Amino acid sequence: MAAITNGKQKLGWGAANTLVVVIVAIPVLWIVSLSFKTASAITDPSFWPAHWTLANYTGILQSSQFIRPLINSIGIGLIATVIAVLFASMAAYAVARLAFPGKSVLIGMALLIAMFPAISLVTPMFNIERALGLFNTWFGLIIPYVAFGLPLGIYILAAFFREIPWELEKAAKMDGATPFQAFTKVIAPLAAPGMVTTAILVFLFCWNEFLFAISFTSTISSRTAPAALAFFSGSSQFSSPTGPISAAAVVITIPIIIFVMIFQRRIVAGLTSGAVKG
Amino acid sequence: MSTSTQTAAVAEAAGAKGKGRGKLSEGARAERRLGWLLCAPAVVIMIAVTAYPIGYAVYLSLQKYNLAFPNAVKFVGLSNYGAVLSSPYWWQAFKVTIIIMVVSVAIEFVLGMLLALLMYRTLLGRGTVRTSALIPYGIVTIAAAYSWQFAWTPSTGYLSALFNNSAPLSSTVSSLGVIILAEVWKTTPFVALLLLAGLSLVPEDLQKAAKVDGATAWQRFTRITLPLMKPAILVALLFRTLDAFRIFDNIYILTDGGNGTGSVSVLGYDNLFNALNLGIGSAISILIFICVAIIAVLFIKGFGTAAPGSNLLK
Repeated sequence: MAAITNGKQKLGWGAANTLVVVIVAIPVLWIVSLSFKTASAITDPSFWPAHWTLANYTGILQSSQFIRPLINSIGIGLIATVIAVLFASMAAYAVARLAFPGKSVLIGMALLIAMFPAISLVTPMFNIERALGLFNTWFGLIIPYVAFGLPLGIYILAAFFREIPWELEKAAKMDGATPFQAFTKVIAPLAAPGMVTTAILVFLFCWNEFLFAISFTSTISSRTAPAALAFFSGSSQFSSPTGPISAAAVVITIPIIIFVMIFQRRIVAGLTSGAVKG
Repeated sequence: MSTSTQTAAVAEAAGAKGKGRGKLSEGARAERRLGWLLCAPAVVIMIAVTAYPIGYAVYLSLQKYNLAFPNAVKFVGLSNYGAVLSSPYWWQAFKVTIIIMVVSVAIEFVLGMLLALLMYRTLLGRGTVRTSALIPYGIVTIAAAYSWQFAWTPSTGYLSALFNNSAPLSSTVSSLGVIILAEVWKTTPFVALLLLAGLSLVPEDLQKAAKVDGATAWQRFTRITLPLMKPAILVALLFRTLDAFRIFDNIYILTDGGNGTGSVSVLGYDNLFNALNLGIGSAISILIFICVAIIAVLFIKGFGTAAPGSNLLK
């Protein structure tokens, strides 16, 4: 680490740091500011509202057009995350610990799917989901989300499982632990951080996803929050939905920003694991 | 030590293989079965959601199939591909996609490298920069896209007001500029984090030795840091290039493909939901898939043996 030698240099780096923080913050603060503007002040381009109002928030939080999609987002995200982490853990354990032919095929397949163009699936999946009755249901989104969460999960967890000192399991058994105890008391706590990291990244992916969400749903019964935002309309045909959209954007964004800040170390470790250790 | 048990297992399996196929030891055979069993659910879902629909899309792309006329389905060979490839809409979307991809990835790489160096170098406020850099990564793309759209809307947005009430989202070139801006803002931190991970693998001693030998900061960066970071750089470029080629969310919100700013993904989406044409839509799907495959193969060739995931097989 190059030490910061003098005050001038320190100032330079400090200025660069500040610049980054400002560039990141401005678009976020802008949408927050818009969400507090009154309907008549939306056409005032000043950065901060002249009068602050909560009307946009009370409006969307009383509207099923937003609440229902929010529930869908949380439900679909959680179910897809649990399934993806479970299946990815099983596959990753096999990759990290077992000898079997086809391992490199699995790794290759995961890489291919990480690169897969989602739009290529929209047209055929639309027809398949209609035929199977999955169109406009939670599982119509959960299944593709699991499929696209798996490669990430397999990569992170396989890299993670390789680092676990598995001989501890043997040691625990020698000390009289049952295989179940050896797993729950020794291995599971060691594996948990990797699984949490995977769960965070898969959930973020599901929460963010937009193309499938607008393609495989048609009503608020299964539409997720980002998709619902794109279908917002004003309370009357003459009022622009800018305020409600901004408030909804803030509601779906702020929890994620807090979440990302709390788990930043894990997210960074997860994003970079497997990718660069090469 | 996990590696030693693993190599032992591999050696055992290899030894067993050497003795002939039928003579696998009972343990090795059980291990194989367990391995396949554990991978089965993941493999089934991945195939069901990607390989099967792509195969089905190939079949659909050879049919004349419009949802508005569901009884008029018939086999038409490659004529859907002919229709797409001779359409100016496809080539406009293709051109737009390539421009967005090349320009945004180039900017993201330069800014991402600067951000990575900044995060690596500064002791002061390192945590603050990393935390704030993660915000664009975590934010919902649609929410950020709306922020940019409102900011550039005349009489509503502060950016529009700042630039003489301009309306950049009403003409092609400036719309592409705003789309690229939104893309760069959102994904530069991701590039920076991948590059930072590569940067931290460059040995400090090597830098010091070069410095003693009189190498300038620029020489050290281009001759030592960059070559040693090659795997990290390729991974970052691969994922970002493919991601940028698939761009959809930002365009859908910012312009909805108006003024000739639609990417190939927007074209595919519009074709399905506005024209209801499954045959043409599937042909577009397959063409996009082929483009992505070509980009991926070019990159993987560049990786050589350092392809992502290869470390998991060692």
